[in-house]
Amino acid sequence: MPLLTPFETEALLLSLKVAVAAVTCSLPFAVAVAWLLARKEFPGKSVLNVLVHLPLVVPPVVIGYLLLVTLGRKGIVGAWLDETFGIVIAFTWMAAAVASGVMAFPLMVRAIRLSIEAVDTRLESVARTLGASRARVLMTVTLPLTLPGVVAGTALGFARCLGEFGATITFASNIPGVSRTLPLALYTALNMPGGEANALRLVVLSVVLAFLALGISELMARRVTRMVTGIG
Amino acid sequence: MSAVDIDIGLRRGSFSLSAIFSAGSGITVLTGPSGSGKSTVASAVAGLVRPERGRITVNGRTLFDASGNIDVDVAERRIGYVLQDALLFPHLSVRHNLTYSRRDGDLTLDRVAGILGIGPLLDRKPVGLSGGERQRVAIGRALLSGPSLLIMDEPLANLDAARRAELMPFIETLRDTLALPVLYITHNWPEIIRLADTVVLMEQGQVRAAGPLQSVLTAGDETLRHLVPDGSVIEATPTAGDVDGLCRFETPAGPMFLPRANASGGKVRLFIDAHDVAIALEAPRGVSVQNVLSGIIDAMTILDDSHLDLRLALAGEQAIRARITRHAGAQLGLREGMTVFALIKSVSFDRRLQFRGIE
Repeated sequence: MPLLTPFETEALLLSLKVAVAAVTCSLPFAVAVAWLLARKEFPGKSVLNVLVHLPLVVPPVVIGYLLLVTLGRKGIVGAWLDETFGIVIAFTWMAAAVASGVMAFPLMVRAIRLSIEAVDTRLESVARTLGASRARVLMTVTLPLTLPGVVAGTALGFARCLGEFGATITFASNIPGVSRTLPLALYTALNMPGGEANALRLVVLSVVLAFLALGISELMARRVTRMVTGIG
Repeated sequence: MSAVDIDIGLRRGSFSLSAIFSAGSGITVLTGPSGSGKSTVASAVAGLVRPERGRITVNGRTLFDASGNIDVDVAERRIGYVLQDALLFPHLSVRHNLTYSRRDGDLTLDRVAGILGIGPLLDRKPVGLSGGERQRVAIGRALLSGPSLLIMDEPLANLDAARRAELMPFIETLRDTLALPVLYITHNWPEIIRLADTVVLMEQGQVRAAGPLQSVLTAGDETLRHLVPDGSVIEATPTAGDVDGLCRFETPAGPMFLPRANASGGKVRLFIDAHDVAIALEAPRGVSVQNVLSGIIDAMTILDDSHLDLRLALAGEQAIRARITRHAGAQLGLREGMTVFALIKSVSFDRRLQFRGIE
């Protein structure tokens, strides 16, 4: 007998696909926003800060609803995407990825921002006096020293994506094989008469997955820290 | 031609800086109390702080000119910048720190590693290095960027006295064998006495005095007295042969007899503390003091109720300062223009800190 039922396998693979896509696509933006917030002064900085942190403080359903309003087929951006590229996001696996990406974004930005702020700006100044352009300083000094924070932020974001529920069910619905990730599958199982045994199996699966994700990220973080500072 | 010409001004809240000075080749020491603006001047020369007015010229190249709208980018200035914290890139090996700059200089990695004695460290990461090693790597990294001026902002401040003494010869080597002008910031007088060719005294954002070390120390200006140590400097050349461990040094003001300094030979710079100098009207006999220099009192300043500061002009355009009591001054009937004898005990010289090799 296989370890997982087809129902569980489907939810697991979908969860991984959604989380990987969400984290991969949002990481460059998270680094950029974190760098802006850590190093630059500009008008509207506090507005950007609030916007980034919004998903942490409002109910996820609200975020899902806002996504539906903007990216839904009738939404401002969604209608344009549909007309111009023929892309429809709402109620697809991409919607689940967008929803969990948005929810994970503030966690990623926070972790990366802290590690950028921890880089001594005098190291950047010295690199400049040695003749390096701003871009070279960013690529050879700031970002490498920020790597531990990027790894931590990515791990945190990945874990958050695996657990995303509210925004996903609102924006992507609960369609088997399309948007029924592990938490949604668990919710579905709990709503079926006699589904407690299935629910328990999904709970165990979720916990094991979370442990694996965090364990791997911890190992990576140690490697990266040792690479960056020589300590560890 | 001077190596560095600075005439800049800026305001930061209640702090206002107005620094005007020129520095020749060799080591120019910027000194003064904390908050006097030394480091701000250094940052402005490096291009990390933008002055509001003025000009900065290094080796004839204008790096900044507010009126001419010139502000050369930090990366294009060719100013080596070494700070108190070595600020090595922690993720790079010593070798990659040293070769971080892609500019071509006259120096090779091997030559710099040789001069600074860091060859064996090349494949290590900065985290395992001692403070002195880090600072030498930081100096090497700056040298390999082909600088036309090296700025050192309290480079030895984080090191203990022994490490400091160990690093000073390296800094002298930069000046003497690489002919690289150095702008050196410190408020440690043993360092200044040993290294400075020119001293710039700063206080509250203003340059209070600038010139050769000796003239800054013996300047008659009473308002500078709290900024400099009480004493004077004489350059001396040791001669061969000791008598009972005492060595004869030739100075422009006459011979002096001192404990054998560093066996290195060459000229040394002696710091003579004003408190170690006694005054006699006649060449004394029957005293243990070994050094007697005759000179003319050219300045006499009453310091407080009990003390006098004398400046004596010695032969060879040298000067020495002496601190005596007003009572003694009255007893001897001292006045300006009198010829007197300065008595200096040989044991008053601290060999480790106050001798200095000169090429």
